[in-house]
Amino acid sequence: MSATEKRWFRVTHCENIPVREGRKVELASRQIAIFNLGDRFLAVENLCPHRGGPLADGIVSGTTIACPLHARKFDLIQGNSMNHPESSQCLVIFPVRVEDGIISVEIPVDTPAEEPSPGVREHRDRPLRWVQRKPLSPYNADERRIDSPNSSTSGTPL
Amino acid sequence: MERLAVVGNGMAGTACVEQILKHSSRFDITIFGEETHVNYNRILLSAVLAGEKSEDEIVLNSLDWYQQNNICLRLAVRIVDVDTKAKTITGDDGSVTPFDKLLLATGSSPLIPPIQGVDKQGVYVFRNLGDTRALLDRAHEGARAIVIGGGLLGLEAARGLQVQGCDVTVVHLMDTLMERQLDSVGGGYLKAKMECLGVKVLLSHNTAAILGEGKAEGVRFQDGTELPGDFVVIAAGIRPNVALAKKAGLHVNRGIVVNDQMVTSHPDIFAVGECVEHNGICYGLVAPLIEQGKILAATITGNTGQSYQGTVPAAKLKIMGVDVFSAGDFNEKTPGNDVVRFEDPALGIYKKLTLRDNRLVGVILVGETTDSHRYMDWLQNKTDLREHRRQLLFPEPVADPGFDVAQLPGSHVVCGCHGVSKDTIVQTIRDRGLTMLSQLKECTRASTGCGSCTSLCHNLLRAVVPQFQEEEKKALCKCVPHSEQQLREIVRSQRLRSVQQILDVYGNGVGCEVCKPALSYMLDVVWCGGHDEDRSARFINDRVHANIQRDGTFSVVPRIRGGVTSPQELRRIAEVAEKYSVRMVKITGSQRIDLLGVQKCDLPLIWADLGMPSGQAYSKGVRMVKTCVGTDFCRFGVQDSIATGVELERRFENLFTPHKLKMGVVGCPRNCAEATVKDIGLVGQEGSWQVVVGGAAGKNVRKADLLITVESTEAALQAAALFFQFYRENANYLERTYDFVERLGIERVRRETIYAPLAVQQGLRDRLRKSKWISRDAWLEGDEPRHPTQFVQIQPLENQP
Repeated sequence: MSATEKRWFRVTHCENIPVREGRKVELASRQIAIFNLGDRFLAVENLCPHRGGPLADGIVSGTTIACPLHARKFDLIQGNSMNHPESSQCLVIFPVRVEDGIISVEIPVDTPAEEPSPGVREHRDRPLRWVQRKPLSPYNADERRIDSPNSSTSGTPL
Repeated sequence: MERLAVVGNGMAGTACVEQILKHSSRFDITIFGEETHVNYNRILLSAVLAGEKSEDEIVLNSLDWYQQNNICLRLAVRIVDVDTKAKTITGDDGSVTPFDKLLLATGSSPLIPPIQGVDKQGVYVFRNLGDTRALLDRAHEGARAIVIGGGLLGLEAARGLQVQGCDVTVVHLMDTLMERQLDSVGGGYLKAKMECLGVKVLLSHNTAAILGEGKAEGVRFQDGTELPGDFVVIAAGIRPNVALAKKAGLHVNRGIVVNDQMVTSHPDIFAVGECVEHNGICYGLVAPLIEQGKILAATITGNTGQSYQGTVPAAKLKIMGVDVFSAGDFNEKTPGNDVVRFEDPALGIYKKLTLRDNRLVGVILVGETTDSHRYMDWLQNKTDLREHRRQLLFPEPVADPGFDVAQLPGSHVVCGCHGVSKDTIVQTIRDRGLTMLSQLKECTRASTGCGSCTSLCHNLLRAVVPQFQEEEKKALCKCVPHSEQQLREIVRSQRLRSVQQILDVYGNGVGCEVCKPALSYMLDVVWCGGHDEDRSARFINDRVHANIQRDGTFSVVPRIRGGVTSPQELRRIAEVAEKYSVRMVKITGSQRIDLLGVQKCDLPLIWADLGMPSGQAYSKGVRMVKTCVGTDFCRFGVQDSIATGVELERRFENLFTPHKLKMGVVGCPRNCAEATVKDIGLVGQEGSWQVVVGGAAGKNVRKADLLITVESTEAALQAAALFFQFYRENANYLERTYDFVERLGIERVRRETIYAPLAVQQGLRDRLRKSKWISRDAWLEGDEPRHPTQFVQIQPLENQP
């Protein structure tokens, strides 16, 4: 009875993402950052949990991404913060597979009838835990205001 | 006086003579050397090949030393015969020299394996200074070198040639590099490191023949495959030079057989060094030679009683960034051997200790060799390690840095190259009141050989001398634990051209957002723009040539030199702003126009429509020159600030700097364009310009220091250029000029720029010219992107559910 199902999307050829760089792509109305780590590809929501920075534009080091805005660092595999361990802010992570040189990403897709439920989601069928504190609006500059210092920790859409 | 003849002017013979002189001056000494050069440090030949040291720097005994000690030195004379009855030696120049005692230190020669065609032109060995010179002559950018032999010498030769620009392949007979010093795991780590540096490695390849008509053109292997090359270096090992000893009728096996007192089968003939066989072992390393020399010196001067008991063989690979140390018996299969090991593939670190009866018998260290002296000490003293079993690989960190060295026994040989003990060093520091490492080097020679004991000498100084001041060396980042100064030297001397290469060999292989942009800058400035640019190591601003904003959009600032624009330019800017719905058009504090809120994918389109070059407002680079109207319009202007400012901007634009660099030019001392708070400012006054540097009006406010006052505009621009390039080459990354000038002091800045020797000034100008020549307007990448998706947003193959 869940309002979401997961679906694989064929995204792009591997060579469109240079080694140790990321690129953003829009899938099912979500902004996704895909990274080429040299030996594998990883995908996360293209939205830094700190202040909404575009993670695809960050510097990749090993399996870590540093947000270009304020250098918040996250592990791309687990999603946890690397340089602010006190923070519970996590990246939203999506499974990636590569077949015949094409990168595919698995995205939860909302069924049209129902709204996504807010709060913490647990996916037991996947080793990676992804935690979304609240559904964040798709990355869109014009809608966002970062005036309140609380906005970063409250979890409300920035 | 007794006559002592020494055959061989190498490290062993001369070191032995030095020891003899300490005991007694009763000898009339003659040394014969086959080479034409005074005694030099043979183990540093690879450093000469790699361009790290000059020939003069590896000299151990200068001609003065021979003279001062009344030693008759006969160079370029090969001794061809010994008459043991008449007690004379004969040289190839026909000279006959009588002796009472004879010392053979004939060393060894390269071992040439049975390969067809080794006599062809272009086949080299690597053994002495002459060989090194020949290789340096032969090596050139792009030449393909084949090095046969993957031992210590072969690898050092390979790396040296590669640093000289050659494309090098090491061909090794065995399946492990340095198999006499390493096990297969350690050899694997070493191979990976060598390959990171760009040296190719072929294992288990048996070279059968050198190809080519009279001149080497490659090699053929036993399996029939071939490898083309322009020249071949054979470094397959050494064999003791024993021909002379055989002729003299001495007992010879593989080497000249000596007893524990280093006496040969003839009571008045002694032998030392690589030509010697003691207890069935021939040594090819420096430490045993020094020990043998000491024993022999005691014997020959009548202080018998001391005896040579053999040396634990220890080897260290001398390739910068590839740390390998090995000593003793590391064979796991020897019955009774326990093995303790650690490895970290990501960091390239491998450590293995072999123990027997709780005593260390062998050690292998790859990637991290700082503990080698501790292990050597345990090995030599056969220390009972029961109490240390839990800290074998990871000693508990000591609070007091002197503690570690305090634990070393006084007799411990700190410098194996020169046989200098801890006691000698401590005594010398105390007696002569030394406070610096350079003084210690001069007085004791410790750490002037292979340099592996430098940190130990350093710690001894620190422990003994309370006022010892360490030169501050802040590491760039924990990913690459070297200071920026060191890293610049490494990049230059090791010819590293990419960020990943630096990280792979000298760092943790990964890097971070702090060190990668810094290393990118360093490569750019060291190679004057001729490095391998890796955009993944750059901040996003330098990937898309625009300044990222808090919402992920970008700002676009075209170059408006000197702040002077035109109606046509303004019209184009206005049209672009409307066409792309730019959210804000802003006059900046730098007399420029900022278009804010642009999407990444629109950047190339906007640049094309603007038809103006990049203002580099996003980069750690040359930003702009702010000017006043000067003599063109101003009633008070005495210098043409606009033309000068535009020219200054043209000369430096498109170049990277350690941090952003802002300039100003004013036509009179009223300073309307605030040149005295810029990184570089030109202040016009009647008949002259003041060139000021290190000003700031940001987080810090600092009035710039006067660099120089000059009469002509060109002289002012030249002075600015000298400072500009000096700052580019010597400041730490993210160090603004105001910190840089304050750190060095304006006097030193003057000394190293405008008052520097002409050759130094010329060097700064040449490198600036080269960088400038390679540089180009970054916005040209709008038409020719470095990567197809640099600006383009990827459209997914399928999107909607």
